[in-house]
Amino acid sequence: MSGALVEAPPAADARAQGVPAREAEPATRVRGYWGNVWQRLRYDYATLFFLFVILLIVASAVFAPLLSPFDPNKASMAHRLKPLFYHDNILGTDEQGRDILSRILYGGRTSLLMGIVPVVAATFVGGLFGVVAGYAGGRLNTIIMRSMDVFFAFPSVLLAVAISGSLGGGMVNQLITLTVVLTPPLCRVAETSASQIRSMDFVDAARASGASTVSILLHHVLVNVVSPVLVYASTLVSASILLASGLSFLGLGVSPPTPDWGLMLSTLREAIYVRPIVCAMPGVAILLTSIAFNLVSDGLRQAMDVKA
Amino acid sequence: MWLYAARRLLMTIPIGLGVTVICFALIYLAPGDPVQSLLPPDATAKDVAELKHAYGLDKPIPVQYLIWLGHALTGNLGRSIQTNQPVLDEVTRALANTIPIAVISVILAFVIALGLGILAATRVGGILDRLATGVAVLGISVPQFWLGVILVIAFAVELGWLPATGMGSSGSEHFSWFKWSEAKYAVMPIIALTMTPLGILMRTTRSSIAEMLALDFIQTLRAKGLSNAAIVIHAIRNALPQILAMFGLQLGYLIGGSILVETVFTWPGTGFLLNKAILTRDIPLLQGTILVLAMAFVLINLVVDLLQTAVDPRIKRA
Repeated sequence: MSGALVEAPPAADARAQGVPAREAEPATRVRGYWGNVWQRLRYDYATLFFLFVILLIVASAVFAPLLSPFDPNKASMAHRLKPLFYHDNILGTDEQGRDILSRILYGGRTSLLMGIVPVVAATFVGGLFGVVAGYAGGRLNTIIMRSMDVFFAFPSVLLAVAISGSLGGGMVNQLITLTVVLTPPLCRVAETSASQIRSMDFVDAARASGASTVSILLHHVLVNVVSPVLVYASTLVSASILLASGLSFLGLGVSPPTPDWGLMLSTLREAIYVRPIVCAMPGVAILLTSIAFNLVSDGLRQAMDVKA
Repeated sequence: MWLYAARRLLMTIPIGLGVTVICFALIYLAPGDPVQSLLPPDATAKDVAELKHAYGLDKPIPVQYLIWLGHALTGNLGRSIQTNQPVLDEVTRALANTIPIAVISVILAFVIALGLGILAATRVGGILDRLATGVAVLGISVPQFWLGVILVIAFAVELGWLPATGMGSSGSEHFSWFKWSEAKYAVMPIIALTMTPLGILMRTTRSSIAEMLALDFIQTLRAKGLSNAAIVIHAIRNALPQILAMFGLQLGYLIGGSILVETVFTWPGTGFLLNKAILTRDIPLLQGTILVLAMAFVLINLVVDLLQTAVDPRIKRA
């Protein structure tokens, strides 16, 4: 995790022409767009491969109780800090004699939760504010976007540490922190495309033909804002996982007996002189998950033809 | 350009005020009575009442904020609960250790990213391009603290070449960058800090130069018979403002986000200070450090924006 995980999208004044707006077309043609996306994805074997990797990671977390050779919380004084391939403890054991593999499988649940829930929540909150600001324009836009600017004055890690450090640890606090950190960039992306759509002819046409604001927002603005927002949100999943594992590493995540990759790294750090390789294992899980999400979001961006 | 500069300068004021509001609000995020979090746990009721009055915490919140802001503007960020030292002194001392490793890391990342990024952009699809892209993905995907642990395992535990943690026997007061016996303590923190900006800068460099090379004016240059090297220099010159902006942003991110790396290496900078504040629930220290770091980030962004305007004559955004 670094200060730069959440790359700020271009600021309002540097806004390029950016996303070419799709015309609002009959429902069948809209499906056609997603059909095109799928056509492009189908032949992008690298992205498909990493999508498969993500599915494997998700499956291993969901089916952790079936796959884990041991109870992740069962300590054993006699089997502390064992090496790789020690009897049935394929990835060794930790400082309390708990099976590392089982803890990594269960820990995937926390990490995926921390990667996905805050991004979904921030997409809704940020998207809502962004669309409203972009479509309304004027004073409402100024109020919303200038407030968001204040959050951009904090590097993402610092903002996360500030909120989390004040709120204290725990899973709910961590989810709140990550959602707050991820909302402003998503809001900015949504606002940028919504304000471009706003001045399009087809929106004027809809308004002239008597469509209500709600109906314009739903049928014309939202449809065109969805793909840039989704692509941007997908890049944030890996950032969110890294931020969450970093907070856990600092002791600001889930409370100790719960398996969590960041927390495991933090407690295993004491043992690097005894079992260096075993201690590095939870980080391998974070790295793999993060790489997979990053590459899939790259592929998605290309398939959905959204400019970075 | 001057008009833009003046406007940009003015825009910084509301942002800066917003930052102080958020930092002020942090005390209210902390569970329990804010006074409790400002005092050691064994404080008496009399202490609490006295402090409440001294901080003006018995007044309405907007008034409290103004009082706090007045103190902060005059450099009074309160005292650390643990050490009873003025927070500002603690932060400036720590900043002196964070800024050098952050600056070195960003410069390192910048040089490597520019080199590899240009090589990749001129050979899109080639082996070097794939390699550079791979390094970039690794850079943005790797958890910095884990990279730190891996470096410690490799270079301190297994090879024994570098010291695992700290700043050396003479401590941070007399740290010398010019003596290897001391500078070697900074090597691993710098490598760990470099990876992420390296990944991000490499992506930016590669894509902006590749985009530039596809533009019409490059075709014209090529038609004029310019050498490849000269063409690449043209492309770099045009992409430079964008890359410069990233450079500043990354520097700000590293200074503000050094907490994980500094915690792994117990490097006594601002990140380590923040970690200490979190562990001991030293809210004044946490609040003050965050305020200083966020303000530093705002300032860096301002300087970068102004520099960008100076470098790129096309930006006449006034």
